[in-house]
Amino acid sequence: MNLTLNIWRQKDGRSAGQFETYQMNDINEHMSFLEMLDVLNDKLESEGKEPVAFEHDCREGICGSCGVMINGAPHGHLPRTTTCQLHMREFKSGDNITIEPFRAGAFPVLRDLVVDRSALDRIVQAGGYVSARTGSAPDANSVPIEKDLADRAFEAAACIGCGACVASCPNAASMLFTGAKITHLGLLPQGQPERYIRVDKMVAQMDKEDFGHCSNYGECTVACPKGISLDVIAQMNRDLLVSQLRGRSTEG
Amino acid sequence: MTWLKQFLGSNIGLKVVMALSGLGLFGFVIAHMLGNLQVFLGADKFNAYAAMMQGNSLLWVARIGLLSMVLAHMGSAGVLVLRSNKARPVGYKKHTFLSGSYAVRTMRYGGLVLLAFIVYHLLHLTVGSAHGEFRHCMSDGDGGLQCFAFENLVKGLSNPAAAGAYIVAQLALGLHLAHGVWSLCRTLGLGNPRYDALARKAALFFGALITAGNCSIAIAILTGLVHL
Amino acid sequence: MTIQLKSGAPEGPVETAWARHKFSMKIVNPANKRKYTVIVVGTGLAGAACAATLGELGYNVLNFCFQDSARRAHSIAAQGGINGAKNYQNDGDSIYRLFYDTVKGGDFRARERNVYRLAETSVNIIDQATAQGVPFAREYGGLLDNRSFGGAQVSRTFYARGQTGQQLLIGAYQAHAKMVAAGNITMYARHEMLDVVIKDGDARGIIARDLVTGELKRFVADAVVLATGGYGNVFYLSTNAMGCNVTAAWRAHRKGALFANPCYTQIHPTCIPVSGDYQSKLTLMSESLRNDGRVWVPKHKKDCFDPATGKVGRHPNEIPEEDRDYYLERRYPSFGNLVPRDIASRAAKQVCDEGRGVSYNGRGVYLDFSDAIRRLGKAAVEARYGNLFEMYQRISGTDPYVEPMRIYPAIHYTMGGLWVDYNLMSNVPGLFVLGEANFSDHGANRLGASALMQGLADGYFVAPPCIGGYLAEVKPRPKSTDWPEFAEAEAAAKARIDRLLNVKGKRSVDSFARELGLLMWDKCGMGRTEEGLTEALRRIPEIREEFWKNVSVPGSNTGVNQSLEKAGRVADFLEFAELMCLDALERRESCGGHFREEYQTPDGEAARDDENFQHVSAWEFTGLGQRPVLHKEPLTFDYVHPSQRSYK
Repeated sequence: MNLTLNIWRQKDGRSAGQFETYQMNDINEHMSFLEMLDVLNDKLESEGKEPVAFEHDCREGICGSCGVMINGAPHGHLPRTTTCQLHMREFKSGDNITIEPFRAGAFPVLRDLVVDRSALDRIVQAGGYVSARTGSAPDANSVPIEKDLADRAFEAAACIGCGACVASCPNAASMLFTGAKITHLGLLPQGQPERYIRVDKMVAQMDKEDFGHCSNYGECTVACPKGISLDVIAQMNRDLLVSQLRGRSTEG
Repeated sequence: MTWLKQFLGSNIGLKVVMALSGLGLFGFVIAHMLGNLQVFLGADKFNAYAAMMQGNSLLWVARIGLLSMVLAHMGSAGVLVLRSNKARPVGYKKHTFLSGSYAVRTMRYGGLVLLAFIVYHLLHLTVGSAHGEFRHCMSDGDGGLQCFAFENLVKGLSNPAAAGAYIVAQLALGLHLAHGVWSLCRTLGLGNPRYDALARKAALFFGALITAGNCSIAIAILTGLVHL
Repeated sequence: MTIQLKSGAPEGPVETAWARHKFSMKIVNPANKRKYTVIVVGTGLAGAACAATLGELGYNVLNFCFQDSARRAHSIAAQGGINGAKNYQNDGDSIYRLFYDTVKGGDFRARERNVYRLAETSVNIIDQATAQGVPFAREYGGLLDNRSFGGAQVSRTFYARGQTGQQLLIGAYQAHAKMVAAGNITMYARHEMLDVVIKDGDARGIIARDLVTGELKRFVADAVVLATGGYGNVFYLSTNAMGCNVTAAWRAHRKGALFANPCYTQIHPTCIPVSGDYQSKLTLMSESLRNDGRVWVPKHKKDCFDPATGKVGRHPNEIPEEDRDYYLERRYPSFGNLVPRDIASRAAKQVCDEGRGVSYNGRGVYLDFSDAIRRLGKAAVEARYGNLFEMYQRISGTDPYVEPMRIYPAIHYTMGGLWVDYNLMSNVPGLFVLGEANFSDHGANRLGASALMQGLADGYFVAPPCIGGYLAEVKPRPKSTDWPEFAEAEAAAKARIDRLLNVKGKRSVDSFARELGLLMWDKCGMGRTEEGLTEALRRIPEIREEFWKNVSVPGSNTGVNQSLEKAGRVADFLEFAELMCLDALERRESCGGHFREEYQTPDGEAARDDENFQHVSAWEFTGLGQRPVLHKEPLTFDYVHPSQRSYK
């Protein structure tokens, strides 16, 4: 198939960027989207031109490295699919494909399609963990957990941290990402002791990173390659409200 | 109280302010509609209802309450919109909505339409300055009030332009509520899949109900079903 | 130099060896811990777990990864599960049985005492991960569920759907994140280690390149830990992530660390076959598919791939039962489709070599679920394998509920790695090597669900006390990045980058990686011969020479330059590949994942030569193009006595 690509090119965070057009001919429909970009880059490289920088690693939809806007949708329009798992058979010969980086103030562009998503790491660092010193753990079966609860926690834990939720959100909010971690840990008994301090700290960090708010558009859950439910955001809101109402022993 | 200040300043805190004020305003529009539907019971009942409202000593408490809810709703929305713009300083060349309903996409604009309408509505049927033949309540000489709400309403909405503005505004309100009522449930933490489905349906239902209820009055007057 | 390879594993009963060893090691005074700095390279299971644990203990940790975040390392892609000898199923499992299975599964080429420690630690890992909130699968009663995996006779594998690696890595990443916030770990993401700095014989630092700015940076420490994964990408096409590389290990090897058993590579039998020349990686389909899927190829060549036309004959659904060859069931009647990985892989290669392969280029066999669907119903099959079927369909574009999957073996894991002693320290004092990057625990073949176990055992439980013991011995020492050793290493790294940028040739970096990969797959893949390996040893230096003459690395050393990153890694693979082939050539026996076609039993199974090759081959670098020196560490088996594996 033949395609026209409009790709965002930007030298670094300080430079202005612009779209460039590339004509791609004889693309095999069994290629993945990133392999199609590989073909382009291989050609550019052998011509001595700088290839299009894009983030990628595992190429099996789990590491969360890849992610670009493809025709206005993060990871493209195929539901529950990362960019690396999107295949060219989803496109038609003659298509125009616009490829842009994920856009958010908290995700500065580093080069071309590569953005800095370390803000998401800092949200986890703020409290997205269970404190369990190595070697201090009780026997794994000492705390039975209702299967349905464990399953719900797992659903939330499936987040790969790719940032598609932020990219798709009209407010560039990271609520789905943060809510997923709060729900994952907050549902499990192991996460209870830090449940409320966790939500306080993670939400504060989210604001500090200049992510937006949630208007319940619901874009994020559709864009999420793992289909994380919007319910995690409600769970986070609930935990935060409860946390505010509980107060702290250190007050007054 | 630093915790409260901090909380109310956060994105989620501001959303909670929006949700709570929205909830209050939602309650108000329901009550308002129920009150106004009394227009179908005839002029006497309707005017008596108006007189009861006007004569109530809590009237100004309610008005101040409503005003502060509107201000809180708008103010928090304004701050959030500014923050949202900051959260994505560079937009997309190409962006497609994946799921977001028409209702959620028009919340901001719908809100502005409603603001304009509230001002007009107050000038039209409360203050009367936007109404050609408005008559204020007067003492009935018996310690009570005599009101002309029925006459004011019928005359006011007999003007097709005014009635049209009311109908458009009610459509906007219905749309705003169809998303807003569900959204406020989520902001306040309702995320259980079972109840969430209920909240979604309830929002649509109330949005449609308010639009239908309020529009029925305007249409009844326009078609002459309700007349002087 | 003369190198004496001593594992340092304690004598005496294997059951108490680790406890006795831990007690014998010195302990760093709590107040002194912050005086020590430890560099940890890599943020996979081993790296993240080790960095987090050292951070908790109070050491200063500098942690590096080339990815954009500590949560991305390829441990995340492990699907199946993690072994733990908990015996929660009461089916006769024990630490000793896991130890026994691992030594046997490794075809008697691993150190017994290391393996015992691994099995012993496995139970702590499950506790630790559960306490961190890893959502392992549970039964309705609320207790942890287990499954049998990779042909094990007991159910000891803990899992979290098909995302066990992801969940365990996120658990370690969260523990790590806490230490980053506490300031005990300083995280350097998007930094690639280019060299290890050795002063007075000890590993004391690294040179890393900031992949955003291009700047070369010096980092000094009291010990350096490499947890940098395996070298499967030497084959170009593998199930490894695109960024997996041998650079850290190879650079350390060039600085004196011995590389052990590089020829031990594992082929996973169930991967999605190659579909074209553009292919960048291979995707693994969980081994659990073989529990219900039947593997077959057509009996007649007319139904197979025809190299003359490039087409495959009859559609599999049109091939009647009598024209199908269920070759695993035919050759291994008792294990059938569940034979170990190496055996299933080799059998697939053999039928394809006979010209009976299917799929693009004739390198594929069918994995058929039609019987399972008939027997269990589509719903039951969907409940078991739904997500895998979906993944397969997304990649291949065909529906496995309707027609058989096409699968083919692919490189999956590398058992070889830098030589380490019982303390996981290489022969370079202060240089520790963890996880897949070391050679130690899997012998010549790794069992399913044991990679996650080893990464976490090393990271959480083994390395921290051993590193502490080392640090207590060496005492806090002055640290400076102004040492001439740093300047020298940095200059060398810079010279190499400049050289890469200045070739300005005509061929892309990937074209060399592909050429090398094809050669390695062909000559040093599933079946190896003296002739093939000799040929490869002749070709590799030629490709390397061509690379340095004709590679095109556009751009500069400032800013993000992904071509340059790749080029550096490919250049190291081009050196490493030679050592791998040499090791394969010198190991004149077949064992585990290393199959020399000259050394097989009459019925085509691997023939080990315990008399001559019951040792670890540890290679010492002597200069590029020079023959490396072989050091042998003999292996002794006091508990599990070498026997011929049989799965018939």
